This record gives sequence, C-alpha cells and structure tokens, in this order.
Amino acid sequence: MLHVHDHDHDHRQLIAPADSRTITLQRKVLAKNDDLAQQNRDWLTARGVFMLNLMSSPGAGKTTLLEHTGADLAGRLSIAVIEGDQETTLDAGRIRAAGIRVVQINTGAGCHLDAEMVARALTAIDPARGSVVIIENVGNLVCPALFDLGEATRVVLASVTEGADKPVKYPVMFARADLVVVSKTDLMPYVDFDLTAYSADLKRISPRASVLPLSAVSGEGLADWYDWLAAATAGVGRPA
Amino acid sequence: MHELGITEAVVATVTERVPDGRVTAVRLEIGALTGVVADSVRFCFDLVTEGTSLEGAALEIEEPAGRCRCRACGAEFVPDWPIVICPCGSADAEILAGNDLRILSVRVA
Repeated sequence: MLHVHDHDHDHRQLIAPADSRTITLQRKVLAKNDDLAQQNRDWLTARGVFMLNLMSSPGAGKTTLLEHTGADLAGRLSIAVIEGDQETTLDAGRIRAAGIRVVQINTGAGCHLDAEMVARALTAIDPARGSVVIIENVGNLVCPALFDLGEATRVVLASVTEGADKPVKYPVMFARADLVVVSKTDLMPYVDFDLTAYSADLKRISPRASVLPLSAVSGEGLADWYDWLAAATAGVGRPA
Repeated sequence: MHELGITEAVVATVTERVPDGRVTAVRLEIGALTGVVADSVRFCFDLVTEGTSLEGAALEIEEPAGRCRCRACGAEFVPDWPIVICPCGSADAEILAGNDLRILSVRVA
C-alpha cells in the first residue's frame, strides 16, 4: 500500500504495561467542530440565510471590500458581518460606520474562528430570512482553512501586493475556495503581478475556483463582485 | 499555528471519550494532504497534555501518502503535494487518501 511510515517516530508505547489496554477511537480530530458547523448550516438553511466565509492574509482588504459592499448594496441586500480578530474592535467599528450590522469575536490567542464561536455570533445577530451573513475571518492564510464554520461558500481574498505565488504557498486555503478575489488591482502597475499566470497557478491548486479581480478604491471589478454575490444568494430565503 | 488548536482538539476528544484512567499512548493519522505538520503537533503535544490524563503519553503519528483519482482519464496517482495534477495533465481529481486527520486509538493504563 501507499502508506508512508516514518521509522523515526516514537515506539515507547509498544512496551506497554501488562494491565494497559488499547481503545480504538477512529475519531476525526475536528469532528466536534464539523458537527457544530453542520448545525450552523442546518440552522441557516432552515432560516433561509446565506453565510459566506471570507478569508485572507492580514491587510488584503477584507474590511475595505465589506465597507464598499455594504454601502453600495444598501437597500438591495441585507448584510450582517461576523468580525473575527485576535484583538480590538477596530474593524467592527469600520463596518458599523458603513451602516452594516456587525458582531465582533475576539479570538485572543486563537488564529482562526471555529464553529462554536460562529454559532454564538449567529444567535446574537439573529439574521432575518433572505439576508446574508459574511464572516470576516481572522487574517491568516493557514489556520482558518481547516475549520468549517457552516458557511455556504468560501471566498479567499488575495491582494496583488502579496505576490502571485500565494496559491502554491498556501494550497490548503486556496484548494477549498469557491471564489478567489484578487484585490488592489489599482496597484497592478507598481507590482510584479501577472494575473494570467496567477489564474493558471490557481487552476492547478483548485480547478473549480474562479478568479475575480477588483479594486475597492478605483471601483474596477466591484460590479462583477456584486453580480457574483447576487447569483450566489439568488433564491435564498424563498420557501423551497 | 493551527497545530496548537488541532492538538487541543485531540486532547479534548480523548479526555471526553476516555474519561477514566491514565492515557499512556495516542495514535494519530495525519494524511499528507491535510496541511497539518506532524512535527508541529509533536511539538504542541507535550505542552497541551500537561496537567491532563494524557500527560507523559507517547505520541505515534501515521502519515499516509496522498492518493488521487483523475476524473478525466480515470488513472490513480500519487500527487506531488501541493500540486494535485494527473500525469495526463488534468487537475480535476478526486482525493482518495491522505486527507484524513483522525485519532486512531489510545492506550490506557
């Protein structure tokens, strides 16, 4: 079989005391989180609410994109934001100032949000039928990838200033993305970022993810993002 | 970084499932495609188990290789992580193995 075995690992447990016993668990490490995530998903489906998990490295422009989205879609789409940060309520303040309902979760030492935190935030938000909840995850391209929160879709934001090699460097994050938004395209003339090569690299990591370039500052591509959101949330909240 | 949270989840699950007795060994499976670094889990394990029924337990980690099936040509192949691409050139593949993160068993004294 294709089992690779590391023969340097610890074999101390093989010399077991006579009265010890082995208990087979065969339990997924993240089973508890996955169960809670599924509960969130069922709860959202029953309510007719669409939840999106937005992830990126710090400073890629998640909060800025959400500020613009909330302002531009006011009256068209009811949006609430779950704001995850290690510390401070700075981002929540910005989102609130843009007229969007927001619940802040400070993870403290934690590097990601988990399904239990999101369950509590959802209870606090009490989202209405047909509305959209956007989770602004902790800025980090590694840890949030593994934790299902119960979202309907995953969006990864990557700015042109981060460089084009991120999908290959952080494959787990990108492999699980439904959409990759390439942000800060207004800075494209100043950085070495080849969008064509980037899209080709991304296809190798995640054949199903589509790429959406935009700039929240210049407004380029924002209409495409709103169209994508409209398509993703079409039918949400209507009786089945 | 997330290996800390993962190791904490291991300890929480084991103490919940095996409430009685001292755990002397834990066997984990960390597939090659999970993005979890086994060495980081080993590093976190001693810290996280301190003061629990798992303190001092040995940690054995199985690391099965990744295995995929190409949806285009049907061939099975071992991906050259992180690039999951079939020798035929297609990137449309189903992961058959190497994507699991599981607690296999524990030994209790």
